[in-house]
Amino acid sequence: MINQSYRLIAPKQIRVDFIDEQIDNNSVIVRPTYLSICAADQRYYTGSRDKEVLKRKLPMALIHEAVGKVIYDPTGELKKGTNVVMIPNTPIEKDKYIKENYLRSSKFRASGFDGFMQSFVKIKKDRIIPFKADPEVAVLLELLSVAMNALEHFDKYSHLKKQTLGVWGCGNVGFVMALVLKKTFPNAKLIVFGTNEQKLSYFSFADETYTIDNIPEDLTIDHAFECVGGKGSEKAIDQIIDLINPEGSIALLGVSENNVQINTRMVLEKGLTLLGNSRSGYEDFAKSVEFIENNEDVINYLRTIISEKIIVKQTSDIYEAFENDLTNDFKTIMKWEL
Amino acid sequence: MIYAEILAGGKGTRMGNTDMPKQFLMLGSKPIFIHTIEQFILNSQIDKIILCCPKIWMEHARNTIKKYIGDTTNIFVVEGGSNRQETVINGCKFIEKEFGINDKDIIITHDSVRPFVTQRIIDDNIKALKKGIAVDTVIPATDTIVESTDGKVLSNIPVRKNMYLGQTPQSFNLKELMTLFESLTTDEKNILTDACKAFILKGKEVKIVEGEIYNIKITTLHDLKISNAILAERKEND
Repeated sequence: MINQSYRLIAPKQIRVDFIDEQIDNNSVIVRPTYLSICAADQRYYTGSRDKEVLKRKLPMALIHEAVGKVIYDPTGELKKGTNVVMIPNTPIEKDKYIKENYLRSSKFRASGFDGFMQSFVKIKKDRIIPFKADPEVAVLLELLSVAMNALEHFDKYSHLKKQTLGVWGCGNVGFVMALVLKKTFPNAKLIVFGTNEQKLSYFSFADETYTIDNIPEDLTIDHAFECVGGKGSEKAIDQIIDLINPEGSIALLGVSENNVQINTRMVLEKGLTLLGNSRSGYEDFAKSVEFIENNEDVINYLRTIISEKIIVKQTSDIYEAFENDLTNDFKTIMKWEL
Repeated sequence: MIYAEILAGGKGTRMGNTDMPKQFLMLGSKPIFIHTIEQFILNSQIDKIILCCPKIWMEHARNTIKKYIGDTTNIFVVEGGSNRQETVINGCKFIEKEFGINDKDIIITHDSVRPFVTQRIIDDNIKALKKGIAVDTVIPATDTIVESTDGKVLSNIPVRKNMYLGQTPQSFNLKELMTLFESLTTDEKNILTDACKAFILKGKEVKIVEGEIYNIKITTLHDLKISNAILAERKEND
């Protein structure tokens, strides 16, 4: 099968490459239907990653958030046309203690390996999960799975007093993290902190929202989730350390290109726990599928953060999607018809 | 029903010294026509695939399909004709005989030597036929097209922006296509090299669908070399 892979060859330059794909019995062929752009893709697309990294990883097809339809399953187990979410993490070993997404040997699509911007995706059967929800929303399952991974981590390591939870960041990750927390801890007070009032207004399910320069003086939180990333990470973590109660946990989800300075004196004095979170694995995806299928309101909330849908029929449509995404409030999704 | 008719009637006279028709030559790990058939197998809208090829190569084609594709339930090998039109119509007659023809049946005819056809092009052909009876896949001409009727001097230089280059697929409402062919005189049949042209001659509308510059026809050894060269490396993820 000749597959087309739409690879980024240099910042803002995408080229179609033709791959002579071999079909084997361990893999299925999926035709992507919806793809969603992540900040990580934008860092490659705009060339804001380190030059050495770009040199090492490009050419590469971007996008690690995607759903599609099964076109061919050599074993015949999955019916043609079955909607599936594709898991970008591909572990190559099993470990009793370490989750697949933290194993250094695991491969991740659109990070050194071709992502989902392809006409067909050849993918191992244990890297797809069927779902029944509307694929236009289900394309956000990967994003949701990242929050699920952080939730599991938080549950495992944080103390039991969870009366007030704070989420820093009013972007996509902040939104899904807050949503997952509200559904998991309905009795806890959920407070979202952000910089953009307009975007904060989307968090209608939260108990309170504040802009970071207008926080009540007596406000404290038991645990925090940093979903800011980039240059804002440092300021957010600083503010969290100020507001968090002793022995609280700080779940870090925001990716930053630069090293971030942390006030370790106060981390020590308050006995805080910093939890690193990155990506997700099969179990997180399975929980996410269950989460959207059992919660109609979650589907509706997720729909509100799809800022724009672009139908992709040619390479120029991909450019349009990436360019528009830079100014969209929340997610840009691509209906993939290439 | 949506049928794909893969035209593999060519005898490969332009492919250097090889005796094997060009559609059976290797491109990467498989014969060219197998890559082409696979694009149609992978399109969920296509119900059946008809491969039309020269009589002496029919067994070879069947064996090759079995070897590379395995499941051949919906792939049928049919004898081609002495020219393109006859090949197209042989495929149609096979469908009529084996499955019958319904008003809404669609046939997507495609050159076996255009393996770089995309899902988007196939989908667009099907979509365009929902509101029409004939579709041609074309790309805008980037070079100036010139005309010479005697091969010595230019007789005309048409306006480039109105010029397109024809590719395949060419797709049709199956019933309309067969009716049209039956209405053609023998002379008309002999001079018509293109099914879409027959529709235009009879005053019928032919819609256009945008092709891709890389949806090339592998006609010469040079084309085959280029095609092999553009097959890129897979970035293994598993």
